[in-house]
Amino acid sequence: MNIHEYQAKEILTKFGVAIPKGGIAYSPENAKDRANELGGDMWVVKAQIHSGARGKAGGIIVCKSHQEVSDAANELLGKTLVTNQTGPEGLTVQRIYVEEASDIKKEYYLGLVFDRSTESIMVVASSEGGMSIEEIAKEKPETIIRAKIEAAVGMQSFQAREIAFALGLEAKAISRCASAILGCYKAFATSDATMVEINPLVLTGDDHILALDCKMSFDDNALYRIPQIAELRDKTQEDSKETYAHDRGLNYIALDGDIGNIINGAGLAMASMDMIQLAGGKPANFLDVGGGATPEKFVKAFKLISSDPNVKVILINIFAGINRCDWVAQGIVDALAQITIEQPLVIRLAGTNVDEGMKILKDSNIDYIEASTLEEAANKAVKALKDLENK
Amino acid sequence: MAILINKESKIIVQGFTGKIGSFHAEEMIEYGTNVVGGVTPGKGGQKHLDRPVFNTVKEAVEETGADCSILFVPPAFAADSAMEAADAGIKTLVAITDGIPAHDMIKVKRYMRRYKNEERMTMVGPNCAGVISPGKCMLGIMPGHIYKEGNVGVIGRSGTLGYEAAEQMKNLGIGISTSVGIGGDPINGSAFKDHLAKFEQDEETEVILMIGEIGGPQEAEAAEYAKENVSKPVIAYIAGLTAPKGKRMGHAGAIVSSKGESAADKVEILEAAGITIAKNPSVIGDTVASVLKS
Repeated sequence: MNIHEYQAKEILTKFGVAIPKGGIAYSPENAKDRANELGGDMWVVKAQIHSGARGKAGGIIVCKSHQEVSDAANELLGKTLVTNQTGPEGLTVQRIYVEEASDIKKEYYLGLVFDRSTESIMVVASSEGGMSIEEIAKEKPETIIRAKIEAAVGMQSFQAREIAFALGLEAKAISRCASAILGCYKAFATSDATMVEINPLVLTGDDHILALDCKMSFDDNALYRIPQIAELRDKTQEDSKETYAHDRGLNYIALDGDIGNIINGAGLAMASMDMIQLAGGKPANFLDVGGGATPEKFVKAFKLISSDPNVKVILINIFAGINRCDWVAQGIVDALAQITIEQPLVIRLAGTNVDEGMKILKDSNIDYIEASTLEEAANKAVKALKDLENK
Repeated sequence: MAILINKESKIIVQGFTGKIGSFHAEEMIEYGTNVVGGVTPGKGGQKHLDRPVFNTVKEAVEETGADCSILFVPPAFAADSAMEAADAGIKTLVAITDGIPAHDMIKVKRYMRRYKNEERMTMVGPNCAGVISPGKCMLGIMPGHIYKEGNVGVIGRSGTLGYEAAEQMKNLGIGISTSVGIGGDPINGSAFKDHLAKFEQDEETEVILMIGEIGGPQEAEAAEYAKENVSKPVIAYIAGLTAPKGKRMGHAGAIVSSKGESAADKVEILEAAGITIAKNPSVIGDTVASVLKS
């Protein structure tokens, strides 16, 4: 789960990380008030969407008067921003953050991630802030500093100091930088985060260290024990169909093809999508219905898939293990008694009691195309699509 | 021989008396697995499925001599139970539980390092279908009857895709020495390369099949390991050629976040290490058959 910049910054302040003063606004009038409260003569109006690289997309506007702040807010609120992280559909700005402008002497990069190969938390820093870590890795790989955190004792002060020195900071900023790094680590470690990224972390004209931007992500599996963070979830920043499916116990990802599919198990779902492509088709989605293939699950899955205007053909591929094919078949038949689908339906069942399952489907009055292997299922789905197009 | 589990393995079930634990314990017993008891804190002294229930894993190990355990404990308590198993001297732990927080898995991995290599528990999973040595022992939730006994060692992330491969092989008359489901999480108890090492040592295993997917460095690490250390032929299939970057495909670990993590990249890395690639999921069985022939 991701949260907004201003929410992430609020978490960081609890761990002693300094941030510029700022406030959230929902209207141009609101934004002006925030600027007034903050004082000063320069402000930054920042679009709050779940994405980095907002600057390049026009989502960050520097303002020199209250009127400019109001105009910036007016421009951003309701606007859809497309960044290199949002996908082509972009994300809609529904709140903005008004922040005092900072006197920046130098920008740095600081990131904390789970490193899957060492199975530990890794702190990554670079003196080349402002660029994405991918760009830094490509253009200035020699500036990247890494520190592996030992799980038994957590991050040590010396590790944070080493990073601060390696960044080339002057003596008076070292301990400020080290405590900012340790603060970020504590925020990461105590809130089941999967990523904390400060880009940029800045050195100000008076040698203070500020987190100018912050992205935080959290482990979905741990949300049950971080209720104060789970509460920050903003569904307007998520794909509405994926969220709808997720809330109903289905693992769904929308894709841009036209063959919808309903499969049990993530690996088999990915393999079936690959097969569809090899057969010359394009999958419209990833959907894992999980182990319990009950009629209720199929009704939900059919509703989700058949309502997608891109879906022209539906492919069901279930490998029944402990859940037997006869139960699965009955689940499909019962679901189709409750919901009507317009698209041609290809069904492949395999595993336990496959003959009984196939018989239930045959004896029912549902209209479907039978397939016995994964390859046959993909080929028949693509053929059904071609037949539709040739009609 | 097989790896990890065999006919002599003594199994306990953690989360024995719960609905899921009971159901799968019965299936395992029916398969012929030597389930000697189970653990549910607070229910020690009772009998369940005709076997003793213990309060702690330590007690269960002392009383029954158990060396393997299967875990059905809910995600919030699973890491604690895994560490309890490691501490009690369990040698092979299969964690079925889906949804264990990643921070907890880091702790479990660190905790297991307290023990010397030779005493250290091998953890399989979490979020997996388990381990089966066909005809000998089943420590998992898979349908046992689709696995034929034989000489192919299988290591895979996904449950149902593993079933698909097992059935394709069975239909071609090919059997399996042991099938290990390492699970779909970003941090697993053990990785492809850990089991490649075990299969290399196993007399019964002649070829090894890896079923991987997008996300993480494990397939690439296995390729590197196999190139240097594995003399037996290795075959691999990687799922997710059509998976978009940055999207989590069902499994918590199935997400392409950096270079080398897409299916195409992994196929290239595995091929470069001399591993035979099954080009698509419907030819996994055929590819194994052709390698066995040559």
